Amino acid sequence: MLLIECPWCGKRDESEFSYAGEAHIARPLETGKLSDAEWADYLFMRKNPKGAHREQWLHAAGCRRYFNAERDTVSYQIKSTYKIGETPSEDRA
Amino acid sequence: MSKYSIFSLARNAMSYHQNWAAAWRSPEPKQKYDAIIVGGGGHGLATAYYMAKEHGMKNIAVLEKGWIGGGNTGRNTTIVRSNYLWDESAHLYEKSMKLWEGLSQDLNYNVMFSQRGVYNLGHTLQDMRDIQRRVNANRLNGIDGHVVTPQEIKAAIPHINIDQGCRYPIMGASFQPRGGVARHDAVAWGFARGADKYGVDIIQNCEVTSILQENGAVTGVETSRGKIMSPKVGVVVAGHCSVLAEMAGFRMPIESHPLQALVSEPIKPILDTVVMSNAVHGYVSQSDKGDLVIGAGIDSYNGYGQRGSFSGIEHTVSAIVELFPIFSRVRMNRQWGGIVDTTPDACPIIGNAPVKGLYFNCGWGTGGFKATPGSGWVFAHNVATGQPHDLNRPFALDRFVTGHLIDEHGAAGVAH
Repeated sequence: MLLIECPWCGKRDESEFSYAGEAHIARPLETGKLSDAEWADYLFMRKNPKGAHREQWLHAAGCRRYFNAERDTVSYQIKSTYKIGETPSEDRA
Repeated sequence: MSKYSIFSLARNAMSYHQNWAAAWRSPEPKQKYDAIIVGGGGHGLATAYYMAKEHGMKNIAVLEKGWIGGGNTGRNTTIVRSNYLWDESAHLYEKSMKLWEGLSQDLNYNVMFSQRGVYNLGHTLQDMRDIQRRVNANRLNGIDGHVVTPQEIKAAIPHINIDQGCRYPIMGASFQPRGGVARHDAVAWGFARGADKYGVDIIQNCEVTSILQENGAVTGVETSRGKIMSPKVGVVVAGHCSVLAEMAGFRMPIESHPLQALVSEPIKPILDTVVMSNAVHGYVSQSDKGDLVIGAGIDSYNGYGQRGSFSGIEHTVSAIVELFPIFSRVRMNRQWGGIVDTTPDACPIIGNAPVKGLYFNCGWGTGGFKATPGSGWVFAHNVATGQPHDLNRPFALDRFVTGHLIDEHGAAGVAH
């Protein structure tokens, strides 16, 4: 069972959260000019790395707010969690 | 290689079964092959088998980073069915079903395919409407199936709970009589033996570390056992397909998730069919050893760890106990996980990759085992001829660009 630290509520059990996929995917601004391939890349293509992954979680049975996490997809260890719009710890140094 | 038969069994009994020949060789990799299949699971081995058998390509290597059938092939709940909603997937899975029906004879290897029927339960009015629609679609495609009432389910499966007062009452089901189970290890071993018979080199403990290219075309692969050249590389690596795609320099619409299963202690025969429920997320059958084989849903997060979450076990076991209250005191023996490659439309990606000579067969998600022979058969055609077969053309990677998705999610008894 994962113990996940919500940036607002603190450490809570995995069952309170729902997963929301890869983080830091920005919606393209000039959508009218996008080609089909660019749309496909934005909508469907994912990094899906084996190792460090930045991803979104929703504290569904808590504050109901989204936040980001850095997690290893092999060991499942959560390195850090941070609010939407913040910089992950790795990039701050 | 000797043919398995009652006579070979009798002959080997004379020597106390000490002198059976190995079912396949373990050759050193050659420097060059006509084609390389990356991934020695059921789908990869089936691909090599049908390339040799149907397309006469004998100079092939199957590269497996661990041991054959040690990934999802040996980790699934062995259910086989073909009752998919949309024409494209119905045709693909039905091709597979027809191959299953003759597979033990074709391979001269008992894959223990048992057509004991598959029930897909409905628990709400909408479930039942979807089931009726799917069964009608199946019958139009020549796939067997009918809708059954709770009383008919109870008559066939005496221990099931059809009480209408519980949280998710059983309101009916679809039943596919030709569905059933097969012995998963035997499928990998049978295809390995069959491919080896045609001269295919099965190379275990050989991990691909990069895909070699020149002028936009594949020239071979770098592996943990050296460089192996080939103008054609077929990648059939399930959960690791994004890793291989990154080596080749393109992106996939795939997320890898852990999917888990568990088996109970062996008990006397109690369930002679397969019961699946999407709504409560559980499916169960009984193996020939007597264990109840129980499958769960995927863990929600991306993961490459071959283990499942405890909350997933709890969720599934509580569903199974509501369906079968008599199972509440059965003890669970073992639990494990596999990494499944899920796509946005719950359909596989089979076809040419953006690099010349590179072919991908992946994205089978939670339901690839049933497709093993069919997947190998169409992919063998694709790799051997360089062009997709009509059966796998709709499953090309570019459907995510054109928008021609095949939306099987939740529509086809897909346990996801």
